[in-house]
Amino acid sequence: MKTRDVLLIIVLALGLARPAAAQSVPLVADLSNHLVAITTGFTGTDVLLFGATDGPGDVVIVVRGPAKDVTIRRKDRFGPIWANSEAVAMRDVPSFYNVASNRDVEAFTSERIRSLYEIGVENLKLKFVDSGQPEDIRQTYGDALIRLNTERGLYSPENGKVSLLANRLFRAELHFPANVPTGAYEVGIYLFRNGDVVSGEFVPLIISKTGIGADIYDFAHNLAPLYGLLAIVIAVLAGWAAEAAFRRT
Amino acid sequence: MQIYLPIAEMSVNIFLILGMGGVVGLLSGLFGVGGGFLMTPLLFFIGVPPAVAVGTEANQIVASSVSGVLAHWRRGNVDLRMGAVLTVGGLIGSTFGVALFSVLRGLGQIELVISLSYVIFLGVIGGLMFYESTKAILRRRAAPAGRSPRSARGPGRHTWMHGLPFKMRFRKSKLYISALLPLAIGFVVGILAAIMGVGGGFVMVPAMIYLLGMPTQVVIGTSLFQIIFVTANTTFLQATVNQTVDVVLALILLIGGVVGAQVGARMGAKLRGEQLRVLLALIVLGVCLKLAFDLVVTPSEPFSFGGIGE
Repeated sequence: MKTRDVLLIIVLALGLARPAAAQSVPLVADLSNHLVAITTGFTGTDVLLFGATDGPGDVVIVVRGPAKDVTIRRKDRFGPIWANSEAVAMRDVPSFYNVASNRDVEAFTSERIRSLYEIGVENLKLKFVDSGQPEDIRQTYGDALIRLNTERGLYSPENGKVSLLANRLFRAELHFPANVPTGAYEVGIYLFRNGDVVSGEFVPLIISKTGIGADIYDFAHNLAPLYGLLAIVIAVLAGWAAEAAFRRT
Repeated sequence: MQIYLPIAEMSVNIFLILGMGGVVGLLSGLFGVGGGFLMTPLLFFIGVPPAVAVGTEANQIVASSVSGVLAHWRRGNVDLRMGAVLTVGGLIGSTFGVALFSVLRGLGQIELVISLSYVIFLGVIGGLMFYESTKAILRRRAAPAGRSPRSARGPGRHTWMHGLPFKMRFRKSKLYISALLPLAIGFVVGILAAIMGVGGGFVMVPAMIYLLGMPTQVVIGTSLFQIIFVTANTTFLQATVNQTVDVVLALILLIGGVVGAQVGARMGAKLRGEQLRVLLALIVLGVCLKLAFDLVVTPSEPFSFGGIGE
C-alpha cells in the first residue's frame, strides 16, 4: 500500500511537472456514483466509471475494497470426519478486488510493473500475521484466499472491460455483487504508455448500508443488549398475536 | 423478490424463507414438535452463517413457543413449579452454552460441533422414533381390534433418583422428587438449545416422561413454558455476545411458521399417529444423513474463512 501510494505521488508529480502537459492533465476520471447504498432490496449494482486521456494509451482500472484481517482455515481428516485444523491469519487483505483494462494487460505491461501496482489477483501482496511462514504455506493459503473470494464473487481473476473511444474517452462498468463488503473503496485508474504508468488517479467510492437494514445492523452492534431485549419482545408479541388471530377463526 | 438480511449480510429470496417457515411450521403443527431442529440445518443449507442461523432460530422459537403455550395454559396443562425449576437449570445451561459457542467460534470449531451434535441427536431421536412407530404399526396389523399392550412402567417406580436430596413437591405433575433432577435436565437441554439453535423439546419431552415420570398431559405445556425463557435467554446472549440474531430473518420465518403450524395442526387431526411418527422419523433421519455425509465426504474445498472478524 505504502510504496504504491508513494509511487503514485511521484507519477502524478512527474505528470504535472511536464511542460507539454501544462495545459491538460493526462488523465481525468470519475464515477457515476460515489456512494452505493445497500438497501433492503439490494441485489448488487453497477457503477459507471468514465474519463478522458490526453492521447493514445492503455487504461487499467483496479478496484480495491476496504482492507480486512482474515483467517483461512484448512480442513483435515480426523478419523472418519473432516474438521478444521491449521489456520493462517493475514492482515489488510482487500475484501474486494477487480481489474479492468482495454486489452490484455500482459500485452503492454511487464511482470515487474504488474507486481509493483498489484495488477491482477496473482500480484496481490499478502501480509501474513506470522511473518515467518514458509513460502509453500504462503502460496497455498494465498491461492486459497483468492479462490474463496472468487467463489463469493468478490475477487475476479478475469479482467473486466474498459471501452476506449477515439483514444481519448474511456468508460467501464464496475459491478458489485449483492454480498459486497461495506466500507471505503478505492478505484485506481492508470494510464499506460510504452509499458509504464504515465498517469494515475484514485477515485474514492463508499459502499454503505442505508435504510432499515443499516439501522438494524447499527442497532444490533452498538446497542446489543437493547437489541436482544427488543428481539425477545417482538417475538413474544408476534407469538401472542399469531395465537390470538388463529384462535378467533 | 430478494430481501437483504442485515445481520446475516446476505440477500435471500423472501418466498424461499416464507416457504421454509411454512413447511417447518406445517411439520411442527402436524407432529407437535418445535421444528428448530429442522429449521436450523435448513438455514445452513441455504448459506446462512451457522452462528446467525442458531441465534436467529432461538429468537423464532421464543415466538412459536409463546404461540403454543397459550392453549396449554388455558387448559391448565402447565406445571408452573416444575417449569420454574427447569427454567433455572435451562438459564444456567444456555448461558454456559452461549459462552461455549463463543469459544468454539474463536477456535473455528463451531460448525463441527453444531454438525456433530445434530448428527448424534437427530440420529438417536430419529432412530428411536422410527423403531417405536414401525413397531406400533406392525402391532396394530397383527392385532387389528386389540388394544396395544403397554408396559406398566410409569410414575410410581422407585429408583436411585428418588434418594437424592432437596426434594420438592410438584402438585400438578403428582411428583415428589429431588429438585436436582429437573435442574440437571434443564441445564443439559439449555446447553443444547444454545449451541444447536433449538428449543430442545425433542430431548426435554422424553426426559420429562421417562426420567422424571411426569404425566403426559402436562409435559408439552410445561416444556413449551420453559423453552420460552431458555430461548429468550439464548436470544439475548447471542445478540449481546455474538451479535448473531437477525430479526428480519426471524420475522419472515415466523410468518411462514405460524400459518404452516395452523394448517399442520388441522391436517394432523385427520392422520393416524404412528404413520405421522414414521414420516417424521424419516425426515429427521434424512437431515441427519445429509449432515453426516457432509462431515465424512472429502470436501471439494478444504479451505474456508474462519475465526473472529469473519
